Amino acid sequence: MSGAGGALAMSGELAQYLATGITVGAVYALVALGFSIIYNASGVINFAQGEFVMIGGMSAASLVASGLPLGLAIPLAVAATTLAGLALEKLAVEPARGAPVVTLIIITIGASIFLRGLATIVWDKKLHALPAFSGEQPIALFGATVVPQSLWVVGATAAIVVALWWFFGRTRLGKAMLATSHNRLAAQLVGISVRHVLFLAFGLSAALGALAGILTAPITLTSYDVGVMLGLKGFAAAILGGLGSGPGAVAGGLLLGILESLSAGYVSSAYKDVIAFVILLAVLFVSPRGIFGVAAAERV
Amino acid sequence: MNPSHPLARAFRASLAAAAATLSLIAAPAAAQEPIRIGAFLSVTGPAAFLGDPEQKTLELYIDRLNAAGGVLGRKLQLVAYDDGGDAEKARTFAKRLIEQDKVDFIVGGSTTGTTMAAVPLVEAAQIPFVSLAGAVVIVEPVKRWVFKTPHTDRMACEKIFVDMRARGIERIALISGPGGFDKSMRAECLQIAKKHGIQVVADETYGAGDTDMTAQLTKIKNTAGVQAVLNAGFGQGPAIVTKNFRQVGANVPLYQSHGVASKEFLKLAGDAAEGVRLPAAALLVAEGLPDADPQKKVVVAYKRDYEGKYKSEVSTFGGHAYDGLMLAVEALNKAGSTDKAKVRDALESIRGYMGTAGVVNMAPTDHMGLDLTAFRMLEVRKGDWVLVK
Amino acid sequence: MRARLATPRTGGLAALAAVVAVGPLVLPNNYFYDVAILAALNAIVCVGLNLLIGYSGQISLGHAGFFGLGAYGSAILASKYGWPPLAAMAMAITAVAALAYLIGRPILRLRGHYLAMATLGFGIIISLVVANEDRLTGGPDGLAVVPLTVFGFALQGERAWYWVVGALLVAAVWLALNLIDSPTGRALRALHGSEVGAGVAGIDAARHKVLVFVVSAVFAAVAGGLNAHYAGFITPSKVSFLHSIELVTMVVFGGMASTFGAVAGATVLTVLPQLLTVFKDYEMVVLGAVMMGTMIFMPKGLVPTLAAFLGRQAGAARTPAVERRAGAPGAGAEPRA
Repeated sequence: MSGAGGALAMSGELAQYLATGITVGAVYALVALGFSIIYNASGVINFAQGEFVMIGGMSAASLVASGLPLGLAIPLAVAATTLAGLALEKLAVEPARGAPVVTLIIITIGASIFLRGLATIVWDKKLHALPAFSGEQPIALFGATVVPQSLWVVGATAAIVVALWWFFGRTRLGKAMLATSHNRLAAQLVGISVRHVLFLAFGLSAALGALAGILTAPITLTSYDVGVMLGLKGFAAAILGGLGSGPGAVAGGLLLGILESLSAGYVSSAYKDVIAFVILLAVLFVSPRGIFGVAAAERV
Repeated sequence: MNPSHPLARAFRASLAAAAATLSLIAAPAAAQEPIRIGAFLSVTGPAAFLGDPEQKTLELYIDRLNAAGGVLGRKLQLVAYDDGGDAEKARTFAKRLIEQDKVDFIVGGSTTGTTMAAVPLVEAAQIPFVSLAGAVVIVEPVKRWVFKTPHTDRMACEKIFVDMRARGIERIALISGPGGFDKSMRAECLQIAKKHGIQVVADETYGAGDTDMTAQLTKIKNTAGVQAVLNAGFGQGPAIVTKNFRQVGANVPLYQSHGVASKEFLKLAGDAAEGVRLPAAALLVAEGLPDADPQKKVVVAYKRDYEGKYKSEVSTFGGHAYDGLMLAVEALNKAGSTDKAKVRDALESIRGYMGTAGVVNMAPTDHMGLDLTAFRMLEVRKGDWVLVK
Repeated sequence: MRARLATPRTGGLAALAAVVAVGPLVLPNNYFYDVAILAALNAIVCVGLNLLIGYSGQISLGHAGFFGLGAYGSAILASKYGWPPLAAMAMAITAVAALAYLIGRPILRLRGHYLAMATLGFGIIISLVVANEDRLTGGPDGLAVVPLTVFGFALQGERAWYWVVGALLVAAVWLALNLIDSPTGRALRALHGSEVGAGVAGIDAARHKVLVFVVSAVFAAVAGGLNAHYAGFITPSKVSFLHSIELVTMVVFGGMASTFGAVAGATVLTVLPQLLTVFKDYEMVVLGAVMMGTMIFMPKGLVPTLAAFLGRQAGAARTPAVERRAGAPGAGAEPRA
């Protein structure tokens, strides 16, 4: 291969890796946002977040398979997942409020196992595909080829992020949630119902997870256990960006996706998954607050 | 209490009487005791689309056999466990089948990994075992009590290489996943490539549960002189490889292994599967076979039964289970009893049995019994399988 | 005399030894022995893990990693490199102890969720490496392991292993109980209450935390090595995140800060999936429901809740010294942010 041709191929490769990385990163960002929202409202790490992604994708896939048009299946799937999230909060998290960290972790892990088991009963153990939103014809973009669905993923994520920014910044409900995350006692003193905020937080996170699952199902396929790795990596992204920070979740997700894709391409594709966790450990050892995280004070 | 106390004596006497009565009742019941066929299958998990049709097939045909009077005048009873694709669980369930459920015959082991985990137990317990998995290591070296029904991965490589040479292909790229079958097939293909005039110029791998192989396929696409790509794998991986293959715009032929021989693969890969070639049993193109084809009767019958009962398309994996069960029944009938040693000998002496995978000729040195004739080369056209002439 | 018998160290230990001894009379066939052995191995891991989670108030979501390293280390050295199995096990355990010591310091500087995630990440990295290095580890389908031979005598068969593992379990419980009652144990409990407070009282938090981390890792590695040689097989599933979660659930379900609780939890949650295969399709649902239900309704865990219940029933019959010993402080006093 000639020098110029070689360079072109190299940049084409790089572009391909970046395209994949940004697509995957957008999904991680949505999952990470879900984690951050719940963490902010309650201090709980919701290990069942990945399951929301799974329920969203699987619901949509089964609704479409039973004949519903995509435009109807998607909102229904998001609604179903939101209900699951609300149910989780009411039945599993609220009764255990005030319990120590370990207990809450076990509860949400138990919930994720429960939801996964429920998924095998309601649906099945097979893989399912969701039809791509606008076809599968690959598009050439800056030397890479992307499927149209990738553009949907990135575009929708951007739209969602903007919508959340508007919600938290401009609406009363959103500002109430933000206030709760900064200081629960003070928020209660000004009349914010912390219980309702928590309820809402779970619903919102579930919806975000469902959207992530629906957007990515046409590319990565979905089954009852897609939630496990996605949840863990989304959490790694949240910690990378700073647990509890919205911009941090998005930045962490994108960064993680890109780093993962680049290392898969240039270092070793077999160890792709390891990268996410090595990064996680590195962040925790060096700067646990992450990129955008706020330092918390510990009361003695 | 003093053992010679009248109450104690009465208690012992009544126990003895009860035992005697029970044994009388039990004795004739033993004649009616069912023949227990044990199975450990990967019904859930990454190999679910192997284990699920396998279990369905076993259940369907055991019911049919029982309705027709059973085997050796006794009913068949299926004891099946789901190992979820995990070799350790398979080992535990195999032990349970042998020790606790005391089965007479084992048909199972959907994957190479789960099969190999159970092999030491089966050999130690001396119970006949027919595996439903692909890798050649299961029957090579030959183990006394272990048999298998699917074609080996080495045969798949051979079939594919022959077809490639016929199309003028010499330099290929290999991409494979984790897992016993993938690694075994990759090793086999690498080993026999030279003999068939094939040169492997790229060799990529992906991990379990990976949902994106564009990195590996991009590297392959940028390797000079690649004329075809062979994906040695089964499960979710090949479906995603196929989709990503089209996505990165690779324009060369793509070959898959017989590990994707089911409609599930077509559903998942969608349009991207157009033009993909793979070696598979004739079962997938049953109706399309010429009437003179010796396999047609068996495969059409199985297809009709399975699809009639379950309203979902057949796959060769269910066919493997059908072959396994029928071989077991044949062996039991030939041996005339459930004596494990006799059944094993009968199994090993089966010749000319026509199954969904082809003609089976077992022998002391060949516990699979298939040859290349029944392995057909298929191509995917318009979302369905087509026989390549 | 009655008071002495009722303390965990003598009474409880004797009861455990009695249960182990009576086992062969109740277990009908090898399959049951198999389950009992697996339960005992899990119990050994949980007793160690309980020292970390229950008594010291730390958390580890990656302990299957230590278990797996002990198992794979011993398996690879013995099966692939021909080391004598006992030496292979010893080497594997030493390596795990060293690794735990090395990562212990940086990891244990973290608290709460961060510590949980760090241990989780560590555990997953190990499981991914094990699954990918197939030339060494046999990959996702696992590795066959040679039996444990001691001076030419091969330890095989469920009955022989049952006695070995049973004896080791009793030894492990005895070790743990001794550690808890030692000055180190008291230091750990002080740490659990308040790390800053303990520091003020002159306790070197870092050193003690690393110590208990290494001890719990060693317990896990020992159980791992034994498991590999007993089963004759080891797969990456034993190193997985799910297995780590199962271990933590066993500890928490049985009762945090209760060594016998850890044993009980391990036993129940090892036997349960075997019973649940009857409800094939509902296995995961029931497991998840059990985990959630226990934490919501029985947050102290099985044994302390039972002990408290029985303690209330017995009432005045118990002496204060026994009451203090029988139910060690449950988890709950965490430094509040």
